[in-house]
This record gives sequence, C-alpha cells and structure tokens, in this order.
Amino acid sequence: MGLIAMALALWAAGWMLNVRLATGPVAQTRAAQLAVPIIFGLTLLGIWELVVRGLDVPGVILPAPTAIAATFAAQIDLLWQDFVQTFVKGALSGFAMGCAAAFAVAILADRTEFLRRGILPVGNFMAALPIVGTAPILVMWFGFDWQSKAAVVVVMVFFPMLVNTVAGLQDTAAMQRDLMRTYGASYLQTLIKLRLPAAMPFIFNGLKISTTLALIGAIVAEFFGSPIMGVGFRISTSVGQLALDMVWAEIVVAALAGTLFYGAVAALEKRVTFWHPSHRR
Amino acid sequence: MSDTAPIAGQGAGVGRSGRVALFSRALAGGLAPVLTVVAALIAFWYLACIPMNAAQSVLDASRAGAVVSPESPAERRQMGGLALALGNPGIAFEGAYSQERARLPAPHQVAAELWNSTARIAPTSPRSLIYHAWVTLSATGLGFLIGTGLGILLAVGIVHSRVMDMSVMPWAIVSQTIPIIAIAPMIIVVLYSIGIQGLVPKAVISAYLSFFPVIVGMVKGLRSPDAMQLDLLATYGASKPETFWKLRLPASTPYLFASLKIGFAAALIGAIVGELPTGATAGLGARLLAGSYYGQTVQIWSALFAAAILAALCVGLIGMIERALLGRMGMRR
Repeated sequence: MGLIAMALALWAAGWMLNVRLATGPVAQTRAAQLAVPIIFGLTLLGIWELVVRGLDVPGVILPAPTAIAATFAAQIDLLWQDFVQTFVKGALSGFAMGCAAAFAVAILADRTEFLRRGILPVGNFMAALPIVGTAPILVMWFGFDWQSKAAVVVVMVFFPMLVNTVAGLQDTAAMQRDLMRTYGASYLQTLIKLRLPAAMPFIFNGLKISTTLALIGAIVAEFFGSPIMGVGFRISTSVGQLALDMVWAEIVVAALAGTLFYGAVAALEKRVTFWHPSHRR
Repeated sequence: MSDTAPIAGQGAGVGRSGRVALFSRALAGGLAPVLTVVAALIAFWYLACIPMNAAQSVLDASRAGAVVSPESPAERRQMGGLALALGNPGIAFEGAYSQERARLPAPHQVAAELWNSTARIAPTSPRSLIYHAWVTLSATGLGFLIGTGLGILLAVGIVHSRVMDMSVMPWAIVSQTIPIIAIAPMIIVVLYSIGIQGLVPKAVISAYLSFFPVIVGMVKGLRSPDAMQLDLLATYGASKPETFWKLRLPASTPYLFASLKIGFAAALIGAIVGELPTGATAGLGARLLAGSYYGQTVQIWSALFAAAILAALCVGLIGMIERALLGRMGMRR
C-alpha cells in the first residue's frame, strides 16, 4: 500500500508544482511552457512505475517503465534494425514518393478549373476512407519486403496531400493575382513567386498529416506479411510470446520516430512559412 | 463561366425554367467535374486490369492451346505485365476481366461480389458483408462514443484550466504522432488476459483514434466566442457555468460536427485495424485478412468498398444531423 500512497502523493506534488508554474509570474516564459508538460509526463511515468510495483502487476499485462527501459537498452541493435526496415525503408521512401506524386498531380490538376472542381471532392472523400485496407492487396502485389510497405504509405499519404496542395494553390487573393498580371508575369512565374509560397501553409498541413499516416501505413502493412524484421513484425510476434517489455520498447521506437519526424516537418514549416500569422509572436 | 452567371440575369429565363437552370448550374458547377473524375478513375482501373492480369491470362490461353508470343513459360516469367500485354494484346484483353482470382479484379466483378454478399444472402449469415459490417460498425460506434465523450470532457477542462491546457495539450498532440496502430495488438491481448474481449478492445482503439480530432476541434470551438460576446455575458453577471452553457457550448457546435466527421472516419480505421492482429473471425478487418490469406482478391476489394461505403454513409449521416441542428440553432452557413 505504501507505494500506492506514494503514487498519490507524487501526483499531488506534480500537480501542485504545475499549478504554481502555470498560474505564477513565470507562466509566460519559454522555460515554464516546456517544464509544465515535462513535469506532467514524468509524473505519469512515476505513477505508472509505483502502481505496477505496488499492485504487483504481472509483466505480461503491464511492464514497469524501468523494465521497458532495460529491454530498450539491451536490445538496441535489434530495435535499430527494425527502425531502419520500417521507418527509413518503408515509411520515409513511401512518404517522399507519395507526397511528390500528389504534389505533381495537384500542379497539373490546378491548370484546369474543371479538373480541380472534380478532384477536390473526390480527393476529400478518398482521404476520409479507411485506405489502410489496401494493405493486403499491395502486399500481394509488391511482395513482403519494404517495397509493399512503401506502396501502402504512398496510397495513404497521396489524397490528404493532394487535397491540401490543390486547396493551397487556390489561396491567393484576386488583388495579388491581378498584381502579377500587371507585371506581365507568365504562368510559371506566378506559380513560383506567388501561388506556391501562398500554398505553403496548406502543403505543410498535408505533410504533417502525412507523417503520422506514413508510420501507421508502414506498420499496418507488416501485419499482412513481412521479412523477419520491422516494427510491426516485432510487435505482432512479441505479443504472441507475451514479451510485452519488447512490445513497449518497439512502441517507444515508433513514438520517438513519429514525434521526431513530425517535429522535423513542423520545424521546417516554421522556417518556410515564417510570414504566416500563426507563427508570429 | 457558366457557374457565375446570375440566375436572375438578362435572358436567364429564356428557354428553361428556373428549376432547370438551377439544375444545369449545379451540373456544371459541381456534379459534372466530379463524375468526370470518377469515370476517369474507373476507366483507368479497367485499363490497368489488362497488364496486371496479363501473366495469368496468357498462361491460361497457352494451357488452352493458343499461341502466345514468348513460347516458353520461363521466358514469360521474366517479363513484366505491360510487356506481356503488349506482346499478346488480344489474349490479355480477353482474359483480363473474368479471372476468378485476378491480381486486380475488374470493377464489375467487385460490384457483383458486393451485390451478391449483401443483397442475396441473409444478413445474419457469416458470408454476408452486412453481418461483417455490423460487427465492425458496433465496435466503431462504441469507440466513437467513448472517444467523443473523452475528447469533449478534456476540451472543457483545457478551456477552463490553464494548468490542464499547458500540461495535457502537448501530450495529446504527442500521443497522435505515436502510431496507436502499433499498440493495437497489445491492447487486445492485454485486455483479453484480464478477461475483457469482444467489442471493447476494438472500441478502445477506435476511441483513442477518434478523441484527438474532437479535443482539437472542441478547444477551438469553446474558445471561438470573441471578447465582445464574453463581455456582454459578464455585464449580465453570468456565472462561469452559465457562460459555458449559454455561450461557449452553442458556439462550439459547428466545430464539434466538423471534428465528429473526422473522428468517425478515424474510429472506423481503428476498428478495422483492431480486427487484424487477433485473427478475428468477424468484421471487415477479418474479411480483409481472410481474403489475403486465401488469395481471394475479389473478397478483399469488396470488403474494402464495404468499409468505404460504411464510412461515407455514417459521415453523411453526421452531416445531415449537423445541417438540421445548425439550421434550428440559426447557424446554418
């Protein structure tokens, strides 16, 4: 019982500290804005550890964070191999191909009003569909290795990216377009100097959505067949062996990869679209 | 442009009634381009069937005694589908649309399978797609309800408490960059080992995927009343709960519905994926898995389309409720 009481005390202490930080005079500083969520996360981890130990939860149901960390450190080579297979080969290459293809189609479709009117609703509809379901078909077509995972990712990221780019290319005011016309700008010049920069917030929105979809697609595709490595493969086999500490270690890998990927795209967005109102201080 | 011509302008009534004019305007403005794109996609699908299925149709033809262009099977195996189809255009075209286990079944085969497995089989039979769709839909619905409820509660907390805003919101965002799908098999096995099975594990995954759009939309919606409106309520001496019920909650309705639509699509994905890792015997995900094990491509495609139709119907239903409700609240856009 002592450990459970400690967990409650930890919760209270963490919450009090956060209330102090969030409502006190330092609340607006950058350090406080970073510290509050970090304290919250650490409190949760501490409570998890204490509750697992206090209630003697068996490791096949919920391993303690320290056990997961130990597995993570011990199996780092295996985890790295899975990471390369799933993230670098499957998700990243699919992400690059899918986003590039969607971008190209959007630029082409944008040239005719008719096509754009047709593609936007169809693309919006497709983006809302459970496209992960194509995974078994694509695994059948492209084999078990990373190519089929990349194909699933391509199909998954294509429509959100297409819709966002097409919508973004429309996001210029008549006044701005008229100005370009008075300068005698050609189609290409207008595209590069006015419409693409104006579309960047939308394009980055699509890219950010796609980062998460890319990882989901690559992992789900591995459930339908994969070589003997990969995050999804390791998770499904480790669950079968009830090696939940390994599963959690893979989840940590996926979480780190997902967060860093998203963070990288968000950081790039901040640099490219520094002019947008949402990035002003 | 035809779609910018005013319907009551000069000569608008000549030759056709306003209703017909409205209809033709809708056709030019929205329907015709959409139908064209859909038709183009279907045409592309039919075309793609020829090279995709060429290997099998050429094999079948040569077994039946026809002369095919590279004589030896070994040589044919080295060639791509496109080259084979170009080498034997007639045979590839004839064989492309009627194979039992085509690599890419033709749209009409999928449509026929959809029709056969929904309309011509009793909905209670395990061979009926309606039965499988219902299994998936019930898990989706439960998860969607849990996720929406949780999302709204957290959003209310975030709007009213600075601490929650600063501590929960970043983690809610991080939680979505983690592919929950990776956790799905574990959730199912762990819940099974403590005695919970059936609907709930799938619903948990659905809930996790659907709570995020709701939380983001609701926080935005609950904060959408501007300072003037909040000041007005302050001058009335409204308490915090009164401000919430009379101003913030009604103002957030459009945002809520926008996120409900996204949330439902996410919940459906969650339920389908939740069926994959456990070898479930019922549900659209199980149907996909069984199809991929036994090479029943038509079955995979029809399950896929059933999922798409299900998503479209439910999102459409939410949209109808939205229109009716916002109309009554005087907020129709």
